[in-house]
Amino acid sequence: MAAAPDTADPSKSRRLIGWIDERFPMTQLWRSQVSEYYAPKNFNFWYYFGSLALFVLANQLVTGIFLTMSYKPSAAEAFSSIEYIMRDVDGGWLIRYLHSTGASAFFIVVYLHMFRALLYGSHRKPRELLWIFGCLIYLLLMAEAFMGYVLPWGNMSFWGAQVIVSLFGSLPVIGGGLVEWIRGDYVIADATLNRFFALHVAALPLALVFLVIAHLMALHEVGSNNPDGIDIKKHKDAEGHYLDGIPFHPYYTVKDLVGVAGFLLIFCGVIFFAPTFGGLFLEGPNFEPANPLQTPPHIAPVWYFTPFYAMLRAVPSFAGTQVWGVLVMGAAIVVLFFVPWLDRSPVLSIRYRGPLYKIALAVFSVAFIILGVCGLKPPSGIYPQLAKICTALYFAFFLLMPWYTKIDSVKPVPERVTGHA
Amino acid sequence: MLKSWVLITIALLFAGLAVADEEGGIALLPSGADIKNTESLQRGARNFMNYCSGCHSLKYLRYNRMAADLKIPESELAGNLMFTSDKAFDTINSAMPKDSEGWFGKQPPDLSLMARARGVDYIYSFLKGFYVDKTRPWGVNNLYLPSAAMPHVLQDRQGLQKPVFKNEPDDHGSARMVLVGVDTMTPGALKPEEYDQFVRDIANFLDYAGEPVKDKRQSMGIFVMLFLLVFFVFAYLLKKEYWKDVH
Repeated sequence: MAAAPDTADPSKSRRLIGWIDERFPMTQLWRSQVSEYYAPKNFNFWYYFGSLALFVLANQLVTGIFLTMSYKPSAAEAFSSIEYIMRDVDGGWLIRYLHSTGASAFFIVVYLHMFRALLYGSHRKPRELLWIFGCLIYLLLMAEAFMGYVLPWGNMSFWGAQVIVSLFGSLPVIGGGLVEWIRGDYVIADATLNRFFALHVAALPLALVFLVIAHLMALHEVGSNNPDGIDIKKHKDAEGHYLDGIPFHPYYTVKDLVGVAGFLLIFCGVIFFAPTFGGLFLEGPNFEPANPLQTPPHIAPVWYFTPFYAMLRAVPSFAGTQVWGVLVMGAAIVVLFFVPWLDRSPVLSIRYRGPLYKIALAVFSVAFIILGVCGLKPPSGIYPQLAKICTALYFAFFLLMPWYTKIDSVKPVPERVTGHA
Repeated sequence: MLKSWVLITIALLFAGLAVADEEGGIALLPSGADIKNTESLQRGARNFMNYCSGCHSLKYLRYNRMAADLKIPESELAGNLMFTSDKAFDTINSAMPKDSEGWFGKQPPDLSLMARARGVDYIYSFLKGFYVDKTRPWGVNNLYLPSAAMPHVLQDRQGLQKPVFKNEPDDHGSARMVLVGVDTMTPGALKPEEYDQFVRDIANFLDYAGEPVKDKRQSMGIFVMLFLLVFFVFAYLLKKEYWKDVH
């Protein structure tokens, strides 16, 4: 790499780098973004998930490209072409499992990455835009995952699309026309599959990659937060380097490599030994081809959408329309964008916050997980009631945040970061 | 650090709860099928071709792929297992004509992915679940698929079973007969444990047909995991070496 242009003798490689640098800021970019980007030295376990999200994105892009080489985006052929990939394409089964497991893995690492921000106040000033770009990535990721789930054209793909697309139909006035416009037909059909394919493989990945670049640019502009939630830029040595910072490369490249290895151990464990993950990552009814005349016994979205699906079902219809559930579900995402301004605590990290925030975050996390379980279950027994309570708790966490973070006690924040992992 | 692990454990616990206790109705019988048992798969292929392939296709499985995976010699394949095609690279089609809905009320489904859609235990239970029911067109019903359209094709193997009812009062206290199981009525050509093995082999074979690469995937996975473990150790040591000078 171009890491050390001034060490070796003036060899050919150095002359080549010099030739490039006169025409393109290669070395400059490498230094400013990687080898001389100073990150706090006290990153802990929670800081693996950013680089892992990037790793999974790369996995999805590469395996996705290979899948498109054999996949046929038509209602007549889609299901068979997936089985063709699974059986007749060399290594096709591996590529497909990497992609389908990668979708779930993406949401796991992104949820943990977002949780990290809530733990250490990574969304707070000056990182508000960084957080907003992240929320947009999450939103696009949901659209990307939903459309990708339709592509195999199994029965759950079909009925999942049917349920989700018809949600837009509950909007007043424009609803009916909007649903028709999204489907491109009067029912979920070939035209729908075709356009979801276009969005899934071209439009959304392109937008995702641009947003990830913006996310990283914003991060490198303001610098990384850390588990102590303090500014490392205040203390510099004689050469102007941050005393509590270390160059991203080599320190965090080698550390994130450990994270990638650990992640791959779990990821490949799933791919090679439990690719359907008990019906959570690949659902049984989706191994039956789309059948407009027969619904699966129980329609549930894939696990990563179930918390929001539970909210949708928790809200009763009112004044003759179901639109309230849809609005609540939308609000659950929209409220995320405002977290940097809802949080009024004078400190960033949970380490120096009082009991109120700790309790609130714990209750919120448990409520979110219970919502996920409720969304997987049929709406009977205790689940509808549980979903209602947890929906209230979910929103209480955000809407009461200005109040409880303000009155919460705080501990003194140290000047310098405490230790390193 | 400790706290984070506690949180993750809780999360996984809930996920586990979500997967469990999904079943309603009569519990499936554990099939005991083993995809690594090649002899069982070979017997299953034979049973399937002789008793099932008349009506049910395996349209995503090719004869020669099956022969290679199940270690069946080509000569054996053409002579004893290929009834619907003469080309080994063809997929396994059924002998049913396209317009045969009228025969059973519906087209017999393709079974390529039945084990993936419903599970291998379902197939095993289904094949053991036929019982006498005079109200059905073929005189039999199924414990695991009520109002099944399929006749009891393996009747001469298994014999006939009669339904077992239990008196269970409903929510309002009035008497109600509930179907809870089946019992032997007349014996068939096979002893009960022979029949169990007979349908276990079919279920096993359909599990293979649902994902022919399954066995290879799992044995490959062991090497991948071993490699990743070594990679993890080296990555960790590399990190430790670099981080020695961070204080």
